[in-house]
Amino acid sequence: MKLDAKIPSGPIEQAWDKARFDMKLVNPANKRKHTVLVIGSGLAGASAAASMGELGYNVRCFCFQDSPRRAHSIAAQGGINAAKNYQNDGDSIYRLFYDTVKGGDFRSREANVYRLAQNSLNIIDQCVAQGVPFAREYGGALTNRSFGGAQVSRTFYARGQTGQQLLLGAYQALERQVQAGTVTMFPRTEMLDLIVIDGQARGIVTRNLVTGELNVHIGDAVVLASGGYGNVYYLSTNAKGSNVTASWRAHKRGALFANPCFTQIHPTCIPVSGDYQSKLTLMSESLRNDGRIWVPKQKGDKRRPDQIPADERDYYLERRYPSFGNLVPRDVASRNAKHVCDEGRGVGETGLGVYLDFSDAIQRLGEHVIRERYGNLFDMYQRITDEDPYKVPMRIYPAIHYTMGGLWVDYYLQSTIPGLFVAGEANFSDHGANRLGASALMQGLSDGYFIIPYTVGNYIATSKLDKVDDSHPAVQQVVSEVQQGITSLLSIKGKRTVDSFHRELGKIMWDECGMSRTAQGLEKAIGQIRQLREEFWQNVTVPGSGDDLNQSLEKAGRVADFLELGELMCIDARDRNESCGGHFREESQTADGEAQRDDENYSYVAAWGYTGPDSAPALSKEPLEFKYVYRSQRSYK
Amino acid sequence: MKLTLKIWRQKNRDEKGRFFTYPVENVNPEMSMLECLDVLNESLIERGEEPVAFEHDCREGICGSCGFMINGVAHGPQSATTACQLTMRHFKDGQELTIEPWRAAAFPLIKDLVVDRRALDRIIQAGGYISVSTGNAPDGNNIPVGKDIADRAMDAAACIGCGACVAACPNASAALFTGAKISHLGILPQGKPEQDRRALSMVAQMNTEPFGSCTNIGECTAACPKEIPLEVIATMNRDYRGATCRKRDDLVQVVAPVTGWSSSSKS
Ligand SMILES: Cc1cc2nc3c(=O)[nH]c(=O)nc-3n(C[C@H](O)[C@H](O)[C@H](O)COP(=O)(O)OP(=O)(O)OC[C@H]3O[C@@H](n4cnc5c(N)ncnc54)[C@H](O)[C@@H]3O)c2cc1C
Repeated sequence: MKLDAKIPSGPIEQAWDKARFDMKLVNPANKRKHTVLVIGSGLAGASAAASMGELGYNVRCFCFQDSPRRAHSIAAQGGINAAKNYQNDGDSIYRLFYDTVKGGDFRSREANVYRLAQNSLNIIDQCVAQGVPFAREYGGALTNRSFGGAQVSRTFYARGQTGQQLLLGAYQALERQVQAGTVTMFPRTEMLDLIVIDGQARGIVTRNLVTGELNVHIGDAVVLASGGYGNVYYLSTNAKGSNVTASWRAHKRGALFANPCFTQIHPTCIPVSGDYQSKLTLMSESLRNDGRIWVPKQKGDKRRPDQIPADERDYYLERRYPSFGNLVPRDVASRNAKHVCDEGRGVGETGLGVYLDFSDAIQRLGEHVIRERYGNLFDMYQRITDEDPYKVPMRIYPAIHYTMGGLWVDYYLQSTIPGLFVAGEANFSDHGANRLGASALMQGLSDGYFIIPYTVGNYIATSKLDKVDDSHPAVQQVVSEVQQGITSLLSIKGKRTVDSFHRELGKIMWDECGMSRTAQGLEKAIGQIRQLREEFWQNVTVPGSGDDLNQSLEKAGRVADFLELGELMCIDARDRNESCGGHFREESQTADGEAQRDDENYSYVAAWGYTGPDSAPALSKEPLEFKYVYRSQRSYK
Repeated sequence: MKLTLKIWRQKNRDEKGRFFTYPVENVNPEMSMLECLDVLNESLIERGEEPVAFEHDCREGICGSCGFMINGVAHGPQSATTACQLTMRHFKDGQELTIEPWRAAAFPLIKDLVVDRRALDRIIQAGGYISVSTGNAPDGNNIPVGKDIADRAMDAAACIGCGACVAACPNASAALFTGAKISHLGILPQGKPEQDRRALSMVAQMNTEPFGSCTNIGECTAACPKEIPLEVIATMNRDYRGATCRKRDDLVQVVAPVTGWSSSSKS
């Protein structure tokens, strides 16, 4: 399939202006006659639904939680980037653009990233106006902190709860539209399929999670903002409900899936403690502003951290990357942590951990300053580990955190199915092979507040949309397929729980498609996943029925999709025989163990098409061009 | 560790519920309360029984999905801690824990430990926002906000909407929840223009829902996993009193509470 990203011609600085000017507008009086379906109420979905409601569209918004305010975005801690240059430290739109393209290891689309950097300014303004209580200086100005991969201070934050406050801002805007009657909210509702008629996305089939009813929603456009798929690894920092179902089912209806193997492993999470463990807890990247990362120089050093003198400690990031030190990007920090642990220098009972030590910062600034900056994170750490990080260094280890891959979209955030738009973590668009900290919140809100409302309008204004209703045979076909899927899950009545399959899949993914990957390992994983999937469909047990609240059934549907996605991720990772960003192929590294890109052969977006249950996915390539940021071997030394 | 869990099971709102007693072995002191329920549920499923339905998502104490009464205390014995972050090391080997859902008329039961908290969303709909449409905002630094003001707003804004305050209150009042939003937005300069209107509408909606009245007992703040201070209720009362004088003739609209889930009763 030939992929046309529809990047506006001309200088990148004017691309978005030009695109907006060229878009067709919907007559204000006609907007309410158009229904837009928004799946997801996280930062991307809530901001898109609210903004389109404000414009006058008839919006329906869906989430599987009991309230839109609980979307996974709520858990983001550290902050959101914007090129405001309030600190007068040399920041600019161009610099944020540059850092993000470089941080993504030259696997993102320049024009998208430039627009993201432009929109970052408006996002902060919008959120402040909504009452988001960002951190302030005594004089009343907004303050900033630093995040990895940047040498300027451009991250805005609300204590350790930035995602919560941004989401509440968007949620409140959304509820205002619910009251105004422009948005109808459908909580506890899960999208289970996409309805495509005459090649256009025209609706969705949902399951009411309380009553089990299947419902059809018809619309003129569908916006998927259903989040990322990190939970394919079972253990991740994502919320337990985060899943790929909405995206995956759209994929099976024709939307290409781009760069599925690009996953982000976050360097600072609380290490795993036992097999009962259900999720991993992130310790925000912001901690690397003041915490220093180290391990003992000697292998197997079992002394308490305070008994290891300074000259027997290896502050390995400061040593290897003197110019960025502890603030190297996430992929680099994670790989280095794995490396020192593989050498046998890891700390804690399992040996899978490194220290994040605040004692120097506490000495320099005083405990109260550290408490003020990170108090809630320290409390969380203490609650989980029973150790006091003001006294002993934190123990941290990398964990799956974010997925850069997602449904392929063009510059207008439209997928390969006309009328199906994808926003937020669910699309692949802006982060290339590695996302810089504090830029997912930025992207979600840029998509939702400032891009989707225009581009969806343009689509509606320029498309021929015939009238469709529930009785259309294509609609009934999808409904019956969804019903069949549910019935078959309930009727297997095998011996293994859904979670046991999910755990096993997660382990395969982590071992072979995690922090470092090899062709051989990926090949093995593909075989294992196929086998596991086969066993799932013969031996899973899903108790209860389909006509009431049934959490096992919800999980079963999601895990069934993960079992298919996992294979595609491994295929994509095997196919990409280079290292870039978070995708580290052992076969492709520099002499000192850094990721070695292969621009000659792999400077493209890999977009995969679904071809059927047991047939190989079809690869389409979108070549990437770099006209502004000079493509170099990424170095943070 | 071994524990005995006495858990409220109820198939739906219409059927009667009762406590079931489940022994759970191999409880690791490091696991969270929810992970302990996971372990129980896995064994129930393996025995062919339906697992205990409970709500959860982030498991980091911020989404507000989880929560139930543990031995009569909302979110359990550890202060400032949600059930998902409550580790089992706070219990003794052999202990019996009684686990039941939030009980309040405004939170109708859905199944087992899952209740319907949409009343809280409706209170926000009534006025828990600043009316600023996308694109309408001045530069972020145009309105200086002193650090002390921003900090106080943040203290109130930290509410996660879990409903523990309502469950803990002998009157099942939502005053702490409503007061937290009224305080968060009212303290900030951006929120001042709508301060009166907000207080009137949100309080009116709260009173329309079957929540009880606040009699200043303070159980809410004691149970609150985010330690929202009681003073937000005083702020709400002050704002409301002022607003009723100034805006006495304004029409206040409320939304009719919806309790059904079937798609026909939705919009
Ligand atoms: C612990 C943690 C901390 C983070 N910290 C930061 C940070 O400091 N800075 C930063 O920039 N980024 C951070 N991130 C990343 C960032 O939070 C996410 O990438 C971002 O919030 C995703 O937003 P979203 O709107 O795309 O999706 P989500 O917030 O995941 O929302 C998805 C929505 O889709 C709905 N949904 C999903 N599937 C279906 C379905 N089938 N049917 C109906 N509804 C469905 C859900 O109900 C939900 O409403 C963090 C992530 C984690 C895990």
